[in-house]
Amino acid sequence: MSIDLNQPVFLERRSYRQRRMMDAVRLLPVIGLLLWLLPTLWSVSDDGGVEPVKMSQAIIYVFGVWVCLILSGGLLWRYLVAGGEMPAPLDADATSEPE
Amino acid sequence: MASVNLLIAVCLIYVAFLFAVAFAAERAASRGRGNWLRSPLVYTLSLSIYCTAWTFYGAVGYAARSGMEFVTIYLGPSLVMIGWWWMLRKLVRIGRTQRVTSVADLISSRYGKSNVLAIIVTVMAVVGVTPYIALQLQSVTLSLSIFADPTGVTDGGMNLLSAGFWVALGLALFTVLFGTRNLNANERHDGVVIAIAVEAVVKLVALLAVGIFVVWGVAGGLGEMMVRIDSSEIGQWEVDSSRWTALTVLSGAAFLCLPRMFQVLVVENDDERHLHIASWAFPIYLMLMSLFVVPIAVIGLDLLPANANPDLFVLTVPLSQGQDGLAILSFLGGFSSATSMVIVATLALSTMVSNHVVMPIWLSFQGQGAAVSGDVRNVVLFSRRMSILVIIALGYLYYRVSGGSGALAAIGLISFTGVAQFLPAMMGGIFWRGATRVGALSGLLVGFAIWIYASLLPSFGADVVMSQALLDQGPFDIDFLRPQSLFGIEGVDPTVHAVFWSLFLNTSAFVLGSLISFPNPLERLQGAQFVNIFAHSGHARGWSGSVAESEDLMVMAQRILGGSEAQKLFRREAQKQGQDGHLPEPTPDFLQRLEREMSASVGAATAHAMISQLVGGTSVSVQDLMAVAHESAQMLEYSSQLEAKSSELSTTALQLRDVNAKLTQLSVQKDAFLSQISHELRTPMTSIRSFSEILRDSDGLEAVDKTKYASIIHVEAIRLTRLLDDLLDLSVLENGQVSLNPATGALLSVIDHAVTTTQAGAIRAITIDKSGIDGALVLTTDLDRLSQVFINLISNAQKYCKSENPTLVIETVVKHDEVVVLFTDNGISIPADKRALIFEKFSRINDQDGSGAGLGLAICREIVARLGGKIEHLPILKGNQFAVHLPL
Repeated sequence: MSIDLNQPVFLERRSYRQRRMMDAVRLLPVIGLLLWLLPTLWSVSDDGGVEPVKMSQAIIYVFGVWVCLILSGGLLWRYLVAGGEMPAPLDADATSEPE
Repeated sequence: MASVNLLIAVCLIYVAFLFAVAFAAERAASRGRGNWLRSPLVYTLSLSIYCTAWTFYGAVGYAARSGMEFVTIYLGPSLVMIGWWWMLRKLVRIGRTQRVTSVADLISSRYGKSNVLAIIVTVMAVVGVTPYIALQLQSVTLSLSIFADPTGVTDGGMNLLSAGFWVALGLALFTVLFGTRNLNANERHDGVVIAIAVEAVVKLVALLAVGIFVVWGVAGGLGEMMVRIDSSEIGQWEVDSSRWTALTVLSGAAFLCLPRMFQVLVVENDDERHLHIASWAFPIYLMLMSLFVVPIAVIGLDLLPANANPDLFVLTVPLSQGQDGLAILSFLGGFSSATSMVIVATLALSTMVSNHVVMPIWLSFQGQGAAVSGDVRNVVLFSRRMSILVIIALGYLYYRVSGGSGALAAIGLISFTGVAQFLPAMMGGIFWRGATRVGALSGLLVGFAIWIYASLLPSFGADVVMSQALLDQGPFDIDFLRPQSLFGIEGVDPTVHAVFWSLFLNTSAFVLGSLISFPNPLERLQGAQFVNIFAHSGHARGWSGSVAESEDLMVMAQRILGGSEAQKLFRREAQKQGQDGHLPEPTPDFLQRLEREMSASVGAATAHAMISQLVGGTSVSVQDLMAVAHESAQMLEYSSQLEAKSSELSTTALQLRDVNAKLTQLSVQKDAFLSQISHELRTPMTSIRSFSEILRDSDGLEAVDKTKYASIIHVEAIRLTRLLDDLLDLSVLENGQVSLNPATGALLSVIDHAVTTTQAGAIRAITIDKSGIDGALVLTTDLDRLSQVFINLISNAQKYCKSENPTLVIETVVKHDEVVVLFTDNGISIPADKRALIFEKFSRINDQDGSGAGLGLAICREIVARLGGKIEHLPILKGNQFAVHLPL
């Protein structure tokens, strides 16, 4: 990508914070995927000697991750909408956003 | 105990209610009061068609059989939604700017509007979704049967297959009435979307109600519930890691690729901001849908007999507790799930079938082109309705063939794997510009073939389509190709096996095909547009409509968009162009917009084909543009060649003109030469004749006179002889017949000899300065001829130097391999216009006494040329300088 001289290299504090929040939005599904793939490492019932994970614990874990993801997603959305960082609908967002 | 008849009545009332809601919504929308219809909430709820009867009933059955694994089906979509920024954002933007109507349209549009690709995707989608529709039929019939026998052990005396038929018929009618009332798929089905949203609420409320009843009504609170879960037979973590991972990925992929999901996610999307809200709101819905699945399964396993069908616990648990009202609500929830899924899925599929299969065939059968009269809309609507019927009939057929058996979850996963085959072509298409049509085609075909072989056909059970022997030993006893353990990988779960191999080989074929093939220009253009959609939500390519008749376009647009719609569009366009009438100019902009409008009704490829039929030869395809560019490049090259040639020609012409001028001059000289020579010859001849006549005829002549006359005759004869000698000499020299006698001698002595010769008997004295001569210079050349040249030059100076104190300076200069002998006098310079001619024959400059014949310098030039040198006249400020160049 070529460097656009019209775009600032450094941002003021507020914009900087919002950029990082956009980064968080992008990162969220990755974190979710990792957390939800974690159960594949849990011991299953036929592992000798190791106490298998109880169903209630599993439910609490999986749904706990779910709630966290939803909350983070919702909060990030609110923050970014308030800051006007969310991409506007079709017409206004014709150019790619600066990184 | 609720009877089956009561249930049917409830269903009919419910359907009537949905119709009313849909109708009201469409009326509100048409009156412009429908803003609330397009709220983020409705968008989020409409996404809930992901949760079908499979989810509603099957998830509990799934949980009862394999514990927490059921939740993977929701985790994948949740991740896709939360990761909206990565994929959905781009998909929705592409769908909106390119007016994409379906998955098939997206893929065909991305790969150069290829109809072949669209047809393949359509067929794959139909085949892939068929088991899913069968699944809905199965769950609705099963749920009906449960009311006939609440234990869920037998089918309660109902004929499940014929019940399935009636359910299928009902669903088909429902869909036709609902979905095909208006045509433009991109106008979005306001009524349908609202009905789906209502159904989404109904199924969520139903499942939550059953869940709350189970947890607080049966188990007696959250804590006790957890204890009961842990002590039940699914109380321990027993998930196969490979299945957990594969199903999460698979459900995420299917969420993107399922035609019905694409319909609600992309096609029905009204505002990109809705997606942002749905990105966290839809996971809430999914989470709530799965929240009570495990409790219901655990209680069902506890309360009901061991042989009860766990897929129906959602119904049988309330029934067994005497909660008929709750059971009916739950039944409605399942019914909602099934109907909403079937409606949207068949709508999406029928759009694909009619746009990509029926319409192109119909258009090509029409033959006369797109401009013939008659309303295409009827054809489109009819083909969509027929497609709906055929698709549901296929679902019913699958249901019959598979015997209505098998767990709901297993059937659903087969369907998921089938549609997930679109993923590589889709993702590759929007993220990788190098993806080509050939790659997409090969990937899709490979993935689809493996899916059919390893997943779909074995799903019918042994000996239905595939024999037990084939399943066990592979085709022709090739162990390697056993459908459920391809390439010798054994002991893997069949679903994981099919998912892995089909997606892996699909992606490989896609990438490989893309790498080795070369896309056509339209593909490359579309590729750039899709991949860089945020950089330029621009236009695909230009139509040049100078010849396209607006009227023809109008006729065609009316047939597809409908009369009033088309007129509105054209009038709006005409106003935008600042015209009074109803027909706008067919500008490229307008044609492009028209194509997009039409593609919303009949698909990109068909719309493109129809416009190009009308605009005909003037449609500027990219290929045409390339050809034009190529031609102009050639013409440029040609013209630059011409330019070079013409400058060459003008140089030649200039040279020719010079030559011509010289020739003309020479011709003049030739004439002058002839008159000159006759004059030169006649003058002495006349004197000789007259004096010889006097001598002959006069008798009394004095001796003195006689002698005098005789000597005149003698002198004239000598002059004649000399003239003839000179002429002879010159002609010999010019013809190159001269024979040279080379000898070696000092240059100084040659010059001395010449000076001596000329000064003997000279009339006018001239001072000759020889001090500048290098006495040591020795030449090997024809010395006699050389001295002749020198004599000529010196005598010329003697004759013509009109200075008061005539001086001739002779000097030598040695340069490299030649010696230059310079003869410089101080007389009057030869005028510039005469200089070019002094070495020509008979050229005489201000020769007043007429004694010279004008041959001397010509002879000199010829001699020096024979000797290998040259002679030239150098203009100096005062006087003349002749330079004789001689090789050393």
